[in-house]
Amino acid sequence: MPEPPGPLRGTGVSAGSGCGPVRRMVGTVPEPPAGARHEGDAAAEAAAALAALERVAASLEDLAGHAPDDAGRDVLRAQALMARDPELAAGVRARVAVGIAAPRAVFEAFAAHREALAAADAYLAARVVDLDDVRDRAVASLLGVPVPGVPASDEPFVLVARDLAPADTALLDPATVVAFVTENGGPTSHTAILARALGVPAVVAVPDATALADGLLVLVDGTAGTVHVAPSPSDVLAARFRDRTPSHVSAAPAGPGGTRDGRRVPLLANITVPGDLAAARAHGAEGVGLYRTEFLFLDRADVPGLDEQAAAYAEALDAFPGGDVVVRVLDAGADKPLPFLPPSAPEANPALGERGLRMLRRHPEILAGQLAALAEAGAGRPGLRVMAPMVTGADESAAFAAACRDAGLDRPGVMIEVPAAALRARDLARTVEFFSVGTNDLAQYACAADRQSGALSRLHDPWQPALLDLVALAAGAGVPCGVCGEGAADPILACVLVGLGVASLSMAPTAIPAVREELAGHTLDRCRAAAAAARASRTAATARAAARAVLARRR
Amino acid sequence: MTERRVKIMSRVGLHARPAALFVQTAAKAPMDVTVALDGRDPVNAKSILAVLGLDAHHGEEVTLAAAGDGAEELLTTLEGILSQEEHGRA
Repeated sequence: MPEPPGPLRGTGVSAGSGCGPVRRMVGTVPEPPAGARHEGDAAAEAAAALAALERVAASLEDLAGHAPDDAGRDVLRAQALMARDPELAAGVRARVAVGIAAPRAVFEAFAAHREALAAADAYLAARVVDLDDVRDRAVASLLGVPVPGVPASDEPFVLVARDLAPADTALLDPATVVAFVTENGGPTSHTAILARALGVPAVVAVPDATALADGLLVLVDGTAGTVHVAPSPSDVLAARFRDRTPSHVSAAPAGPGGTRDGRRVPLLANITVPGDLAAARAHGAEGVGLYRTEFLFLDRADVPGLDEQAAAYAEALDAFPGGDVVVRVLDAGADKPLPFLPPSAPEANPALGERGLRMLRRHPEILAGQLAALAEAGAGRPGLRVMAPMVTGADESAAFAAACRDAGLDRPGVMIEVPAAALRARDLARTVEFFSVGTNDLAQYACAADRQSGALSRLHDPWQPALLDLVALAAGAGVPCGVCGEGAADPILACVLVGLGVASLSMAPTAIPAVREELAGHTLDRCRAAAAAARASRTAATARAAARAVLARRR
Repeated sequence: MTERRVKIMSRVGLHARPAALFVQTAAKAPMDVTVALDGRDPVNAKSILAVLGLDAHHGEEVTLAAAGDGAEELLTTLEGILSQEEHGRA
């Protein structure tokens, strides 16, 4: 009997599991063949092409009226302007006049503008997705094929797409979509943001996701970042059990996280939008280990004011009056470009470019504004801690710490996401009060494997011995070191991380109960033995197996 | 022909909402309107694709040009859009 195929892997961006039949986006629009000619009535052909563009513009404006927010509405209205663009229309007319058929003429006219936008900076390159969506709608209209979009269905389904355009999401019915799977996208893609807002499990950056056949039953695990094809009934039940939605979680606060022999390990929540705070409390989080502040800045043209920021930070602190709340200052750049923070020059490799603290060093006024708002929110709320993303060396951590202290924030920390920072963690530890390891980015930079690349997902495995070595360096450098990457959400790996010397674990709220239970079953020595076994292994797979074997001797 | 040199004050450059507002305003005018970045050919100010394609950033100067009745008035309106510093949501 052939071995059943393993799950497809991607990046889990919205926790929980969902099971249902695959429904792909309908209407994949074919490229009209090069050289397609029309019958000879250029005037009628051009009129048909322009009428199709006008229909698209009108439907986009109609969709704008249903957009979930201002940002979505702006995008849809800008798309309508693209469909009505006079230069585009001139390009279509010119091509039809020399005999090119309307669908091909439209396709080529868009291509001319597409190149100009794609060559520009990251913000404009992102507009190419919007432009392609307008083009596909116009070509579909001319060819009489369905306009691309979310399939209509009364039955719950798993939506599979290359990516979701703003126009797709405006008409989405959250009651019938049990999970999202996309080929492209990252944690801040439109799909990811929408999924979290709706509370729908989602996995992005899954290679060949759109090759999944319509109707195929899949189990999407947004916590683990996997898609199981044709899952067994017991797989589905196990996932449901593990999800433990808030209604199944005891209202009484769970005991503090820690090992069986009493080593305290605070179990904290990663928060991406304020709505995550309630889930974090419901799942027994003791505080917030990573409060991402990007939601305040994304999809807007200017920097939010001090009061707006301070209110958002205070909300998180008030949700956990007795615990720590670690706020990360703005992590812009790379896969999270912001209109008001363009890179100083076009970046061929944005993940290696001006992002995180590097970007903030070029815009000290934004950092100063954020720190001032944090200081205001933190006054009278002792749990606040502040950390910087994408720190490389001790000079950067020292400068950040100084900026924090100038603002009246006396417990600065830094993320360890860059191998250089992990290797020289002792130098950084002299400048700040704590570390937090981001396993996802650390894996990306340690393995030179773009997080956005689904093809390299095997290299994003937090079990890689090289990654465990780097975590051990950071955890042994003399200041408390937490882990706030996806790695902390794996109960077995969580025990290994504690064995490596990690002081706290922060994860998607839904993962907390399972981690708490596993950790409570082992002594600190057992965790250390599991860590040693994993580091003694040569591959991620054998490291995982070795740690499992040690921990199986439990209780 | 009336010309006007204007510095782009919008933090997002001539992109996103400012670009849409600029193009929509130009498109309402009966005459041709162009916008040019220094050293480059002028483009049709009524075209969102051409205007986005300029990739004009905060602090850069552009030259607006129009001819005919109401050209002065139109350029003043367009200048006002480009001179607005903030274009965020409320």
